[in-house]
Amino acid sequence: MGYEVKLEIFEGPLDLLLYLIKKNEIEIYDIPIALITEQYLTHIEMMKSLNLDVAGEYLVLAATLIYIKSKMLLPSPEESPEVEEDEADPRFELVKQLLEYQVFKEAAMQLGQRPLLERDVFKRGYSAEDKNIDEGKDEIDVDISVFEIVEAFYRIISKMEKTELIEIDMDKMSLTDRINEIMDRLTEKKKMTFTELIGGQLNRRMILYTFLAILELMRLRMIRVYQAGSFGVISVALVMEK
Amino acid sequence: MEDSKAIIEAIIFTSENPVQIDKIREVLPDVEKGEISRLIKELMDEYEKRSGGFILLEVAGGFQFRTRADLGYWISKFLKGRPAILSRAAMEALAVIAYKQPVLKSEVDSFRGVDSGSSLKGLLERKLVRIMGRKDVPGRPIMYGTTKKFLEVFNLKDLAELPTLKELKDLHKET
Repeated sequence: MGYEVKLEIFEGPLDLLLYLIKKNEIEIYDIPIALITEQYLTHIEMMKSLNLDVAGEYLVLAATLIYIKSKMLLPSPEESPEVEEDEADPRFELVKQLLEYQVFKEAAMQLGQRPLLERDVFKRGYSAEDKNIDEGKDEIDVDISVFEIVEAFYRIISKMEKTELIEIDMDKMSLTDRINEIMDRLTEKKKMTFTELIGGQLNRRMILYTFLAILELMRLRMIRVYQAGSFGVISVALVMEK
Repeated sequence: MEDSKAIIEAIIFTSENPVQIDKIREVLPDVEKGEISRLIKELMDEYEKRSGGFILLEVAGGFQFRTRADLGYWISKFLKGRPAILSRAAMEALAVIAYKQPVLKSEVDSFRGVDSGSSLKGLLERKLVRIMGRKDVPGRPIMYGTTKKFLEVFNLKDLAELPTLKELKDLHKET
């Protein structure tokens, strides 16, 4: 008789716990801690032996289970009348967390079962050549948010030499000057990348002002900022009047 | 005399995104909101009865033509595209955010029992989730919430259309 080890893939320690509870057909309100702890630890060992990455959270929960188990072995002291009988139970917090997680797990499943855009339903405006269904091979420019702009600037700064970040105060340019300069260049060139905008002037003030200028122009809706796919080149263009 | 219903239908057809009643009213200021609503409802019924390839739906606070859900396979085939699938981790994080917004990353981590950083990043990139500001407590942590795109992708009229947490909880009691 061969043994078939079927290892479920779990989305974290709470997921594993729920699985064990269901497998043992246990009441979640009355978990036999010793049994569950033992099975949980066995599962962790299984994962380790299969070279699966056991995230820190699994170990934290293992410690929590052992702690609860030890608490339940101790004789319970006289409880003050204010403490609810439920809350005195060392398993209370864990059960509460499990129940909450269970609801969200169900919510996630329900969400996934809805008719999804670009999976089940479609709106107008696609052509058969349009290969960029939402994600994956995004070749088309996508409007981006401040979030991505911050990341882009961070990337630029990270690549710079430390010496270049020292402020060179010879050019006392103001933010307004920078805004005007960017608008002038865009009017001429229509569309520019971030790198082109910064030009060769890799000093802290220039970069900071460029960043602030772009945010301000975005806010005023005078420019559009977009990205060629995720992590692609970021470009800036004037908002065209129609 | 203009045919208001036809005009409304044409407007919704032209728009790539869901059209709100207020926007329609800008074009037809002499038609009452209630009347616009009624005409849209008539249109929805007509398309439903037609049993055609697409229907008129209320989604993300507006109205939009969308293909019927059971025809998804064919459209995918036509578009030769593989739809992006969200991982279970991302779906769980998304569910927490949808129900608990505005919510902190640490709270999402806490509900799920795992670090949700990469899921959160993916959801932000896909614009299903957005930054709603910072909580006014020490550390000023970022608060997250769902976007309009979230409603569009999941075919929701508004957040209230989601089953309540209580309903989901009761669903479990039965199993």
